[in-house]
Amino acid sequence: MSSDTAKSTTAKPMNWFDRLAHPGQFLIWSRYFVWPLAIIATALFAVGLWYAFFNSPEDYQMGDTVRIMYVHVPNAWLSQFVYVAMAISAVGTLVWRHPLADVSMKAAAPLGAAFTAMALFTGALWGRPTWGTFWEWDGRMTSTLVLFLMYLGLVVLWRSFDDQLRAAKLIAVLTLVGAINIPVIKFSVDWWNTLHQPASVMRAGGPTMPSSILIPLIVMTFAFTFLFALLQVISMRTEILRRRVRALERKSALEGISQ
Amino acid sequence: MIDLGPHASFIISAYIGVALVTLGLIIMTLMDSARQKRRIAELDAMGVHRRSDSTNGSKT
Repeated sequence: MSSDTAKSTTAKPMNWFDRLAHPGQFLIWSRYFVWPLAIIATALFAVGLWYAFFNSPEDYQMGDTVRIMYVHVPNAWLSQFVYVAMAISAVGTLVWRHPLADVSMKAAAPLGAAFTAMALFTGALWGRPTWGTFWEWDGRMTSTLVLFLMYLGLVVLWRSFDDQLRAAKLIAVLTLVGAINIPVIKFSVDWWNTLHQPASVMRAGGPTMPSSILIPLIVMTFAFTFLFALLQVISMRTEILRRRVRALERKSALEGISQ
Repeated sequence: MIDLGPHASFIISAYIGVALVTLGLIIMTLMDSARQKRRIAELDAMGVHRRSDSTNGSKT
């Protein structure tokens, strides 16, 4: 177990990196992030939803269905962002053997799956009135569906291993292999014919949409991103506790045998 | 509430779906956290501690 094997061989004070890397220390300092993240996310959702429904115009082409964009784009963004975070954690696991890297990887997988599911769901509901179809096997949608299946596969893999350290190495390799899908999703609209429009927010020359639509989109994107940060911190704390529980149960069982 | 036009059902369905999944995610995350904390407390009450806890008295 990675979280509980950190050795306390010397009494020298911890530097900032030790504090960052040590699961026990993470439990201490991360608790101060939970409520601020929750408050910021809640406030951003309140403002974003107010903008989305009461203070933003309908689009001149799509009409009111543009309001679906305020939940679709943030989830689509997070579906990729979470995977990139997992890929960075995978490097942390394989290269630096950072004790929190595999904890972060495992915590993020179900969150990424949920954000991707919401992106697919809202995309289908946006596609029907806009394009006349819920689904089309184009590059963007197909690669996002592949991403969703990859998330589910990683969640299942984590749960199928008793030895989480061994699981971490295998899953880190698979996560890095799967990362090839992220540029495919990103550039699919440029490489292949697609119903999706090319990048319209993060592009050279600035966003193509008016600020009245861009502001609620940005607020909602930050709201969902802060929600992810909040759930990630809580899930990482939970995962450290879960590993601690397993170690204690093992210890309890061994002590029971030896008595 | 504003008039959402002829495609209101699609817009409302999208927001309800996102709200349900988001709430489900939050509830599952909090329940999992509570479950592990409860189990740690149970083990603690049974006298099963980590070695480091018994030496420095650190708490989570």
